[in-house]
Amino acid sequence: MAAHGTHHGLLIFRGASFSSPRASVCVHALENTFESRKFDRGVEYEESRSDRQEGGGTLDTKEFLKRMVEATGVSGYEDSVGKIIREVMAAHADEVTVDTLGNVIALKRGEGQSRPKVMLASHMDEIGLMVTKIEEKGFLRFTSIGGVDQRTLVAQEVRVHGQRDLIGIIGMKPPHLLTPEEAVVAIKMQDMVIDLGLTEAEVKAVVAVGDLVTINRNFIPLGGDFAAAKAMDDRAAVAAMHQCLIELKRLRHTADVYAVATVQEEVGARGALVSAYHIKPDIGIAIDVCHGEMPGVPEQDTAPLGKGPNLALGANIHPKVFERLTELAKEHSVPFTLDPVPGPTGTDAWVMQVTRAGIPTALVSLPLRYMHTSVETLSISDVKLAGRLLALFVASVDREFVEGLLCY
Amino acid sequence: MLLKRLSEAFGPSGCEGEVRDVLTKELESYVPSWQRDALGNLIAVKLGTQGPRVMLAAHMDECGLMVSSIDKSGLLRFRKVGGLDDRVLVSKHVIVGSKRVAGVIGAKAIHLQKPEERNQVIPLSGLYIDIGAKSKEEAEKIVKLGDYAVFATEFGHLSDTVVKGKSFDDRAGCAVLAEILRENYAFTLYGAFTVQEEIGLRGAGVAAYALEPDFAVVLEGTTCNDLPGSEEHGYCTSLGGGPAITVMDASVVSDRRMIGELERLARENDIPVQFKRSITGGSDAGRINQTKGGIPVVVISVPCRYIHSPVSMLSLKDFEHTVKLVKLFMRSIEGGFVL
Repeated sequence: MAAHGTHHGLLIFRGASFSSPRASVCVHALENTFESRKFDRGVEYEESRSDRQEGGGTLDTKEFLKRMVEATGVSGYEDSVGKIIREVMAAHADEVTVDTLGNVIALKRGEGQSRPKVMLASHMDEIGLMVTKIEEKGFLRFTSIGGVDQRTLVAQEVRVHGQRDLIGIIGMKPPHLLTPEEAVVAIKMQDMVIDLGLTEAEVKAVVAVGDLVTINRNFIPLGGDFAAAKAMDDRAAVAAMHQCLIELKRLRHTADVYAVATVQEEVGARGALVSAYHIKPDIGIAIDVCHGEMPGVPEQDTAPLGKGPNLALGANIHPKVFERLTELAKEHSVPFTLDPVPGPTGTDAWVMQVTRAGIPTALVSLPLRYMHTSVETLSISDVKLAGRLLALFVASVDREFVEGLLCY
Repeated sequence: MLLKRLSEAFGPSGCEGEVRDVLTKELESYVPSWQRDALGNLIAVKLGTQGPRVMLAAHMDECGLMVSSIDKSGLLRFRKVGGLDDRVLVSKHVIVGSKRVAGVIGAKAIHLQKPEERNQVIPLSGLYIDIGAKSKEEAEKIVKLGDYAVFATEFGHLSDTVVKGKSFDDRAGCAVLAEILRENYAFTLYGAFTVQEEIGLRGAGVAAYALEPDFAVVLEGTTCNDLPGSEEHGYCTSLGGGPAITVMDASVVSDRRMIGELERLARENDIPVQFKRSITGGSDAGRINQTKGGIPVVVISVPCRYIHSPVSMLSLKDFEHTVKLVKLFMRSIEGGFVL
């Protein structure tokens, strides 16, 4: 989820300048009588049978997520993570292509001749840093790409992606040498340096101005089914698309589904813009993250973790797509929460909606704590439940539904 | 590598057990007898036949966190153990308790902050550890009040000679002392691995009281701030500049005769040395120095950048030079150096 608007550098986020009465409403899923019993599970969603059937060569969605978040893909430089996504998604798609900006598009075709197109968009880029100067003695100055909170950079290990990857430390003065005045103000990014522990000559042989930097963080499994990592925003949503394609193997669908891992969302949702233009979908659904409940943040601005995907509603969301999503969720016991968004959603859905002559869009979000830190935390079951709901939706789309979207 | 095992051991002040275990196992065949005391100090005793009784000391404990309450939501509130800057805590991976439960210290998303917030330090009261528990009851199954937490930092090489890891203050000193203990000496040597340095130099005093050495050498991983933005006189020490000898800090004035001998040994053996250029901070030396009727001490340190943070850095050349210098000093004592 982008922290800055594409214009004026202003913050845009849900409900920014609007009062929302209550943004997060837990909806209890109804008992279901759905024929496909494999979906009949509560919040403690385990790997579905179809997961387990995928043996050699394919990955469980959680494993896939781990691989993605440990890879690199700062906005505009998504090649490494894109390669992983391409390889893994290929196992579940009819074809995987990469467009000129680097969007990875996995197409899974539906049955029959009259096939509506559903585009899913999850961005694969992450926020990061970029080297701006090599100082004397080999220290690196840097700037940020995307919305980075400077306070989360202090005392971090980083990976500098030069000609080869180097580990570095964003250090700080030890408390022994601090003056009381220094200790009470946040350290500014322009005053920080990356220390590679190498001589200036060694650094210059490998690193150049413009090289990218990411936080050195492994995937951290937490209690229950929670996990923390960098870049969960928004690779967890790519994982949800992966889960959707797995689930779709067991469902019949007439729609062609384009699962797009988009580029450059954090700097202005640019990947979604061009891929939606190219694909020309009948329906576009963005999968992104929303703020998970946590202390210090008003409850109405957040959604609980582990209670299923969060469905946005508002001007960016086509009412009939929203209605279909909630109906399916209730029918198939997929728990979900709601997020009324009166204005911009700050996601790929915002740009998809106004592509070409207009596209009906929806937004499925994964509640995430500590967004844009290196310990973004979420529930894996929410990821899988989102994938399942997307699959149910795709399976439900037919030509008649698509035509009905134009009837206001 | 012993430094790696020491660095990755869990040992905040008052909870140094894992470090004790690493050391006793590592030095099993070199140390004839171990002495332990009521606080948890671990003392390697190598009795000699002649000469002075010498105490070498390095502290095992590290700065960390302690669980102080568990919220209804299952999040852990904590207090700091030792001198940690609040600003290093944000967005980090920690391990909690002896069961090594994984946790993260998060922060409010930048999207939800007011612009002025980004220039303010997040106070301890606004931070907590998230272990993925969904309720207080769930958290209490794996974590209890008073459990300690440390940063989950892996030891690693940045180059052939530079390494990173947590708590080189003072696991570097422990590793130097371990190297010294691998050899035998004619005089009586006490290798004291002390506890609770970071919360007030607590262990070293009682150890010195019990051992009553003629003089002592304290081995530290010390402040190194040779960074852009610092004036050279504010570096304290420089990475790669060799072992740092403390002339004076907030807790002690080192014995000048020992400083002189160390300087001589360094000069004659081509070992680079530097003097610690800061008088702030203290060390176990301060407590040992004032024990009983007074004990002469000197402090020799491996320069470490970013101490008291999740990840510190040192030069293995500095480390090796420190080992070499201290060994030479031990041989010098054997050869008749006395105060």
